[in-house]
Amino acid sequence: MSEITPETIAHLANLARIALTPDEIEKLTGELGAIVDSVAKVSEVATPDVVATSHPIRLVNVFRDDVPGETLTTAQALAGAPEHDGSRFQVSAILGEEQ
Amino acid sequence: MDYDKALELFEPVLGFEVHVELNTQTKMFSDAPNPAALGNVHAEPNTYITPVDLGLPGSLPVVNEQAIKYSISLGLALGCEIAPSSRFARKNYFYPDLAKNYQISQYDEPIAFDGTVEIELASGRVITVDIERAHMEEDAGKLTHIGGATGRIQGAEYSLVDYNRAGVPLVEIVTKMISGTEADAPEVGKAYVSAIRDIVVSLGISEAKMERGNLRCDANISLSPRGSGTLGTRTETKNVNSLRSVERAIRYEIQRQAAILAAGGTITQETRHWHEDTGVTSAGRPKSDADDYRYFPEPDLLPVEPSLELIAELRAALPEAPSIRRKRLKEAWGFTDLEFQDVLNSGLLVEVEETVAAGAAPAQARKWWTGEIARLANAAGVDASTLVSPIHVSELVALVETGELTDRLARQVLEGVVAGEGSPSEVVETRGLKVVSDDTALIAAIDEALAAQPDVLEKIRDGKVQAAGAVIGAVMKAMQGTADAARVRELVLERAQA
Repeated sequence: MSEITPETIAHLANLARIALTPDEIEKLTGELGAIVDSVAKVSEVATPDVVATSHPIRLVNVFRDDVPGETLTTAQALAGAPEHDGSRFQVSAILGEEQ
Repeated sequence: MDYDKALELFEPVLGFEVHVELNTQTKMFSDAPNPAALGNVHAEPNTYITPVDLGLPGSLPVVNEQAIKYSISLGLALGCEIAPSSRFARKNYFYPDLAKNYQISQYDEPIAFDGTVEIELASGRVITVDIERAHMEEDAGKLTHIGGATGRIQGAEYSLVDYNRAGVPLVEIVTKMISGTEADAPEVGKAYVSAIRDIVVSLGISEAKMERGNLRCDANISLSPRGSGTLGTRTETKNVNSLRSVERAIRYEIQRQAAILAAGGTITQETRHWHEDTGVTSAGRPKSDADDYRYFPEPDLLPVEPSLELIAELRAALPEAPSIRRKRLKEAWGFTDLEFQDVLNSGLLVEVEETVAAGAAPAQARKWWTGEIARLANAAGVDASTLVSPIHVSELVALVETGELTDRLARQVLEGVVAGEGSPSEVVETRGLKVVSDDTALIAAIDEALAAQPDVLEKIRDGKVQAAGAVIGAVMKAMQGTADAARVRELVLERAQA
């Protein structure tokens, strides 16, 4: 069984800045638990000779030359922003400290 | 609490995280121009950005090869092992300084690890700082908080975001715990950051200006009660943007923590912000909560596996380590600690070195650069290195040594060179500043001066040689500095007996 508890869900919601009601927390505890359990099945079939990997195709060292390319204009950059001051994105007041 | 008292009760333990902005042409994962290579000069907000820097859907990061090479060079210069395979990781957090909701960093597989940096304090004490790791990551954008009383985050109504800095390549250098520094702790911090700055400057991989944010230091400080054998709770002080601040912030934090602990209180593990103006730190966020970054391997990027050949090539290209170079030069020049420190403090080590290489005696090279040239530069408000070339200084020194110029004339020649009138010998020619070596003009001036001061002449004839000073002064004045004082003295004594 997974170790997803209502406390875990509340903590995750807090980190992700998503407000959840107690009902939603309860529902998600079950759902997320089921998802984690499903994923855990992978480790049941994995044998020690299969190396853990984060990528399906074994490629390394894919680089780019250090040459400047095209940039967005300020107008393009801000085109999808709900709020801006003409040159910068505007976001609601941030509670807490900078990272 | 008084600093000495704090040290009596507790032993300080330090740790540093230094972020270095690389000066590659483009960003870490996008081909937007890198503002850190352009002096971070004021650019219009949100102009050095591509879809990658905004984390727009469908955009994908690609690693800048030059940034990898710079990171490896830095790792090697720090005496680190270079990982045969390293990879990037996502550090997840919800804060708008990065648009993606995560920062691409390295977590369990940094590119470099296990190094050492040797630092020397003013007392001559040498301390070896162990480096835990150096990893690659991207810088974050800049937030401006609007509406709060002082532009601070508390009470702000909204914030404006500029992503120009987002994606600038960073290397974060993390030390192991540094203990045993005792009362030197603040100076150790300053010397360590200074050593890192010297290293990245010698490698040419960063502009390394702390005031521009190219080099940023977070200082971890904790106190261990004497004889307890246990470590104290640490705080992490951020926003320390000058070498002097590093020193002050550590000293402050030692005193602050000591006062709390001595009064029976406990230290909260937290981030603290250094305030340059008031010289204090203030509490930021508690550490535990925000540290939940849910790192996982970055699926959009592939592992970095530098070949042994590349590492060998970069190792062979490393410049002499700054600390070794300084030791070598100080010995070769035969300078005292004070004389050498004088050169270091003036930031003219390279200039003095090149002037010596061009043939000048080290003492003369030092004298001119840290003296007259520094004075002229200071008056003009420019860097001394931009005023005159080492070759010209060396030529000037040679002209004084051969007796063609007096020190006073040489200063006038220097002014001419600085004014763009040509090389020292050209200025001597055009300004007619050569020392008069033909005695005829000198003798005429001396005879005239002696005739004008018969009382002095009398004294000299009576053997009161020191009286000659008045005549020598008059002659030097009459010759407008083109006379050699020693020769004038000789001739005055000679003519007085004539």
